[in-house]
Amino acid sequence: MADSHGAAYGYTGSYLKTPSNGNLWSWLTTVDHKKIGLMYAAAMFTFFLVGMSLGFLIRLELMEPGTQFISAKVYNSVFTLHGVIMIFLFIVPGIPAILGNFILPLQLGADDVAMPKLNLLSWYIYMVGAIMALVSLFVGGGVPDGGWTFYAPYALKSDTNISLAVMAAFVLGFSSILTGMNFITTIHRLRAPGMGMFGMPLFCWGLYATSWIQVIATPVVGITLVLVTMERWLGIGFFDPALGGDPVLYQHLFWIYSHPVVYVMVLPAMGIISEILPAFSRRTIFGYKAIAMSSMAIAVVGYLVWGHHMFTAGMSDTARWVFSLLTFFVAVPTGVKIFNWLATLYRGSIEFRAPLAYALGWIFLFSIGGLTGLANGALSTDIHIHDTAYVVGHFHYTMFGGAAIGMFAGLHYWWPKIWGRMYNEKIAIGAFAVILVGFNMIYGTMLVLGMKGMPRRYQDYLPEYANLNFIATVGSWILVTGILVMLYNLVRAIKHGKKAPDNPWGSTTLEWKTTSPPPLFNFAEAPTVTTGPYDFTEILREAGVEEGR
Amino acid sequence: MNGASSYSGLVDNAFIFILGTSVLLLIGVTLAMIIMVVKYRRSKHPNPAQIEGSVTLETLWTVLPTILVLVMFYYGWAGFKVMRDIPDDAMPVTVTGQMWSWVFEYENGKQSTELIVPTGRNVKLNLESVDVIHSFFVPAFRLKEDCVPGRHNKAWFKSTRDGEYNIFCAEYCGERHSAMLSLVKSIPPREFDEWLGVDPGPPEGAQLLTIKGCTACHSLDGSKLIGPTFKGVFGITETVLTDGVAREIVVDEEYIRKSMLEPDADLVEGYPKGLMPPQGTLVKDEEMDAIIEVLKELK
Ligand code: HEC
Ligand SMILES: [Cu+2]
Ligand SMILES: [Cu+2]
Repeated sequence: MADSHGAAYGYTGSYLKTPSNGNLWSWLTTVDHKKIGLMYAAAMFTFFLVGMSLGFLIRLELMEPGTQFISAKVYNSVFTLHGVIMIFLFIVPGIPAILGNFILPLQLGADDVAMPKLNLLSWYIYMVGAIMALVSLFVGGGVPDGGWTFYAPYALKSDTNISLAVMAAFVLGFSSILTGMNFITTIHRLRAPGMGMFGMPLFCWGLYATSWIQVIATPVVGITLVLVTMERWLGIGFFDPALGGDPVLYQHLFWIYSHPVVYVMVLPAMGIISEILPAFSRRTIFGYKAIAMSSMAIAVVGYLVWGHHMFTAGMSDTARWVFSLLTFFVAVPTGVKIFNWLATLYRGSIEFRAPLAYALGWIFLFSIGGLTGLANGALSTDIHIHDTAYVVGHFHYTMFGGAAIGMFAGLHYWWPKIWGRMYNEKIAIGAFAVILVGFNMIYGTMLVLGMKGMPRRYQDYLPEYANLNFIATVGSWILVTGILVMLYNLVRAIKHGKKAPDNPWGSTTLEWKTTSPPPLFNFAEAPTVTTGPYDFTEILREAGVEEGR
Repeated sequence: MNGASSYSGLVDNAFIFILGTSVLLLIGVTLAMIIMVVKYRRSKHPNPAQIEGSVTLETLWTVLPTILVLVMFYYGWAGFKVMRDIPDDAMPVTVTGQMWSWVFEYENGKQSTELIVPTGRNVKLNLESVDVIHSFFVPAFRLKEDCVPGRHNKAWFKSTRDGEYNIFCAEYCGERHSAMLSLVKSIPPREFDEWLGVDPGPPEGAQLLTIKGCTACHSLDGSKLIGPTFKGVFGITETVLTDGVAREIVVDEEYIRKSMLEPDADLVEGYPKGLMPPQGTLVKDEEMDAIIEVLKELK
């Protein structure tokens, strides 16, 4: 498709400076993958800030035993909203929609995704789903409670609008399916000449594995929706024991979808880390194939472990140990990745810049997330910590530490490419140090609280848990401060940052071979590829370094 | 927190093994990162080595972690097996969760809102729920199992020390989930036999309302909790919604009985549907009569 590149359209300037760029309509009708990525970013970070405020409120209420600011009823709705917004509107679609959209075609040397119009449609479907989700929370019998898991029969009994909520999850999932199919097609069809599947940057592999999970797992939400609707409208009992149904069946369906989705959140973040480490070590990634294949392994095995969310629900003992065993097998490919990343630092030439700081911090937090998961996978220990603050701590290490911090790392890495501007690196690193402190104060403390037996979703607690809860709440103030400074620093750079060079970090993948910000059709000339994705020969020669062994 | 059940030691061993290994691994990973970032910093180490990988290392760090996690799996399973093998001689107690109270019923029909058990003897729990899912959790015993409506889950334990231990509800079950607490009181077997042997007669008066969990939602002093107060309710005229249509009723014996059996049939105005669990399974006929008598007296 060489003829569609750049000059053929008569416009070769930055995608941010197209003649119609100033008006909103041109954004709402754009099919440019870069602008669509930014539109997702605008929507998602709005939701993120709302979700973060709700989380902040939860911690405020838990500062001391008893009721501080909000009643139990309000509290229960607040943690439900926090979960729904953060998971379904921010973390699940986040990295693919924002950074995947922006970066994937650039990394492949393509001028857009395979189906640009479908890509815009996906954004609209996402927005419709998001609005439905928010509306479902407020129409019907009021703001729902019950947590983001909406377990039967509690959540299905209530007057709140559960059918609309599940429908919203499905619409959001549908948007992800379309994005997933778009990415899979793009990866198969639009790689630059000379780039094989194993010549792709690893971020593309992360997106590839994620896209398959989205396409295959999301239909389960559709099935659940049909069953919920039939139960509520036709009175056929699937989940409600009063109608002869089984509440545990709901949990199975919920986790068959929601467990693989955990990997949807994390795999692209792993891809980001695999980009950053080589760039700042100036050396090729260690074990390219092992990293790429472990993503696929995680995607496959991740389908078979959902039962580990239900070890106390009354499944047969055999089912419990089988799920436990399978769960441990997912730990292995994750460990393999960590070891490969460490080996990538080995004998590199390391420059400690902001993106690397985020990436290394990510490895630290995600390691804790993975390692604390082991006690959830083992049967006897999980019985004790299941449904306690430990689990909440654990999944914030994986989801927030793993997915969201990974996204922050990616934003810091690609920000200069996206806007053509640099942010203040000192502030970025300082803010991250603050984030790390606050993060561990909250979620590390929760791990201990859970071990001591404090159940989750508690608005009030026994005095013996008071000190630790207070520490966690102070941690939340620190964490929020860090995040706000970090975001402010990024946003400020858009207008006021120094001009960024085309390749500020000395990276090797294709997105750095075009201008910052890229032209409307990405490359002035369609690139061809002759080396692997992390070949530093040229970078080192330019830097005047003799090539290493 | 010290364990107090026969199997809590097994669980703790698994914790120590898994968390200990994890802490070591975390320290290793973190130190490796810090050392390398310092040692190979660009100013000191401008010339990187381009190492693409190593089959030996990949094999090693696939196989070793696999063995390690299999050991962890084994530890977890070993403790779990003991938890699930209910001894034949265990004394059965039926645990019923309802929004937001626990009631424990012994073989001889004795009921209690606290779980009184003999130290050193096996106790088997039949876990039931009358409304939504609750989860019976005793941290000191490392014991947790859900009470799922329509299912009959089981669990067991043997307390090894006299003492009082917290009971929590661990599965979200509505507004007062965090207040759904009780205690295990583990006492010497001889005291226990005495306690169990004393037939206090059917629970009476306000006590009955506590045991049946009514007081989690209905106050006796006029204040409004989740449901209307019981104080002075008998004989008043109030508005209820029957199939969504408002009508006036007088609170009499028949109405109270119906309110217990089919709470949603006549919904007191201003209160939500689906909150009060139907009491048919939990409250026997003669207990219902007793409750009605109590309500009559609450002026
Ligand atoms: C989970 C909370 C909850 C529990 C537990 C509960 N109730 Fe209720 N009850 C309610 C609510 C809410 C209403 C008002 C709505 C309705 O009529 O169903 C109500 C209504 C009633 C009424 C009608 C009151 C009136 O003013 O007309 C009676 C009588 C009653 N409950 C008796 C009981 C008894 C007896 C028990 C214990 C065996 C009990 N309830 C346990 C929540 C509860
Ligand atoms: Cu409960
Ligand atoms: Cu509960």
